[in-house]
Amino acid sequence: MENMGVMLALLGAVLAALVAGIGSAIGVGMAGEAAAGVVTEDPSKFSKVLILQLLPGTQGIYGLLVGFITLTQIGIMGGSADISVVKGLLYLVACLPMAFVGYKSAIRQARASVSSISLVAKKPDQFGKAMIFPSMVETYAILALLISILAIFGISGLSV
Amino acid sequence: MAVVPMKKMLICGLKKDRKKTLEFLQRQEVVELSDDIKHDAVFQTADFLSRKAVFERNAALAEQALEVLAHYAPEEKGLFSALEGRQLLSVEVYEEKAAQHRRIMETASRIIGLTKAIDEKEQLLVQKKRQMEELLPWRRFDFPLDFSGTKSTKLFVGSVQKRISEEELLAVFGPLLDGAVCGQILSASDEQSCFWILCRKRDAKQAEGALQGLGYIRAPRVAGNPAAQEKQLKQEILEVRKEIQKTKAEIRELASCREELKFVADYYRMRAEKYEVLNGLSQSRSVFLITGYLPADRVDALKAGLESCSDIFIEFSEPGESEDIPVLLHNNGFSEPVEGVVESYSLPGRGETDPTAVTAPFYYILFGLMLADAAYGLIMVAGCLFCLKKFPRMEDGMKRMLKLFLGCGISTTFWGLMFGSFFGDAVSVIAATFFHRPDISFPVLWFEPVSLPMKMLAFSFALGIIHLFAGLGMKLYGSVRSGHPEDGIYDVVFWYMLVGGLIVYMLSMSMFTEMLGLGFTLPLLAGQIAAGIAVAGLVGIILTGGRESKNWGKRILKGLYSAYGVTSYLSDILSYSRLLALGLATSVISTVFNQMGSMAGDGPAGVILFIIVFVIGHSLNLAINVLGAYVHTNRLQFVEFFGKFYEGGGRKFRPFAIHTKYYKVKEDA
Repeated sequence: MENMGVMLALLGAVLAALVAGIGSAIGVGMAGEAAAGVVTEDPSKFSKVLILQLLPGTQGIYGLLVGFITLTQIGIMGGSADISVVKGLLYLVACLPMAFVGYKSAIRQARASVSSISLVAKKPDQFGKAMIFPSMVETYAILALLISILAIFGISGLSV
Repeated sequence: MAVVPMKKMLICGLKKDRKKTLEFLQRQEVVELSDDIKHDAVFQTADFLSRKAVFERNAALAEQALEVLAHYAPEEKGLFSALEGRQLLSVEVYEEKAAQHRRIMETASRIIGLTKAIDEKEQLLVQKKRQMEELLPWRRFDFPLDFSGTKSTKLFVGSVQKRISEEELLAVFGPLLDGAVCGQILSASDEQSCFWILCRKRDAKQAEGALQGLGYIRAPRVAGNPAAQEKQLKQEILEVRKEIQKTKAEIRELASCREELKFVADYYRMRAEKYEVLNGLSQSRSVFLITGYLPADRVDALKAGLESCSDIFIEFSEPGESEDIPVLLHNNGFSEPVEGVVESYSLPGRGETDPTAVTAPFYYILFGLMLADAAYGLIMVAGCLFCLKKFPRMEDGMKRMLKLFLGCGISTTFWGLMFGSFFGDAVSVIAATFFHRPDISFPVLWFEPVSLPMKMLAFSFALGIIHLFAGLGMKLYGSVRSGHPEDGIYDVVFWYMLVGGLIVYMLSMSMFTEMLGLGFTLPLLAGQIAAGIAVAGLVGIILTGGRESKNWGKRILKGLYSAYGVTSYLSDILSYSRLLALGLATSVISTVFNQMGSMAGDGPAGVILFIIVFVIGHSLNLAINVLGAYVHTNRLQFVEFFGKFYEGGGRKFRPFAIHTKYYKVKEDA
């Protein structure tokens, strides 16, 4: 059980990429369905609805980011993977904001995206505003990302 | 550098000059027409809608003909054809071509007629093929299908809807006809069996009865025997096909008229637009009136131009306070590209200042910080410059967008150099993996956000505070300009004191400065002074925040509520942490791809893997992060920045112009 530490840390890294990734996959899929519907009516709106579709995709990238930073910090990408159980647990906890907030915010953002896509379908000139509604939701994913990253960077300096 | 001042225009002219005047205005593209003349017994609008409809129909017809051409003789289009813009046409060429519009429309009708002919022939083809299929089961019968027998015999040709053998068929008659019957199965399948039966003429009734019991259906009455029929049908099909080919070739020959058709579609579109205007025009029996708005600096040129081409009376005046004046922005080359961003939020409302000039520098800086990679920035700069040079006739909106990204690309390059990011850490990865020189890396001019995230966070907040304060400054400017400087003091200066004081006070606390890793702490005295200023600001806000209420009790309560707004400043400043998050996202994802690429180590296979992963990975990263930076820069501008001072609600200036699809008529092309 002396490797429990690295296992816990890896669990955290994987959770961040996994859960946030699932959220984004669901979100981009939902928005994609709505976008495809608009393009059947008017192919010229493709680029606009594509941007709106991609908005809920960033949570998955943030999850990857947190996962990757954790992997480099715990030495899985090269270096020694010798960390204590407490430290491993700390890494796991640090990854949780990104995992949970990433999952839920991606889906909620996708719902805002779907509504914005129908907005653009009816009023293409309101694209600038349509883009803002989904990105308001993303703020919270960004805040979660920030806390996760700051925590992960902070943990490496601790001597526990 | 602001909202362009508008003048109101009134033109009064004789009806004979109406066409000339309108065409001139349409080509100038500087006047937005309005119809605010009261109609009375003398001045009325005339109905031109039916004529407009004719032009619209013609334009649609020409478009339809173009679609047919695109189907049979597709136009060769380059990858960037969308950027090419409309072709320029001088007025002389325009007039010359316009004179031929009837002839060109004939071509359009001819093309559409030819496609209709093709459709008809295709149908004929289907019909003939069906006839051939019907004959197929009767192929072995070498008499005409409508042959019914000789003088003393009767022939039945027909089918039943099941599989049947010759014995079963003949067994139907049993002892009925004394065996004086013969027949043959021509074809048999589960759905249908075809056959012929020959019997004596006098037995015909009985035989028919027996056959009907079996479910007998007569063969189609076709003259001539099936084989000959088939041959003939084949010949006919071939001929129809040839005709279709010929018609198609004819259409393809007409492809040389494509440009003319494009022109004529545009021509009718323009005329439809003109008639739309004509429809709203006030006119008496011999005089017409045009009213509209135009930019003040175009007044002289327009006047000179109009008076030289017709005898009209033209008058300019200042628009009234209550009028709905359209908004046109004009900015210098640096901030002009950001006009599109402002426009997509909302144009300045009545009396508001154009925020473009203030928005522009922040736009470039924030975008650059979010992408922050020198290589990505250079790619953007190169791409935008290439497109701008290669396609000088690009549509204005597209050009503005590319210029915006050009500016953002330059800023991205700058911040990339500052933070030492060039395709992430590609330089050190390549040096270490393929040249075994781990000591080489891209120079960092300032610091690396990945290793000093708290420093980057502090920098983001600092930039955010500057951005927000600039927004407040715009509000101050607005209230001074509108003649209410006291509002500026209440709503802006007090907030400056409160928020600024609080920030300075925090900087004097070692807890905060250490957390943000600033490396300095302001002396205690400065903190105390700042706290005093903040309290003064707070008191000011409480006293004045609800100044529209006369009742002091209500006023203080409202003031307290507006002082609560300080929490929104906290969330606004925190919102700038996305600069750190998105900047890190770019560089960490690049690092991931670089590491993935270098996994196979040195050697030919390693190089190939690296190149593949590098190209795909970085294109993906660039695309995703440009999108992210664009969206979030807009968000910071729209929500945090504009939220402080900007209301918008202006109406865009839409001049009476030539809204064509393919050609652009220029006075001096």
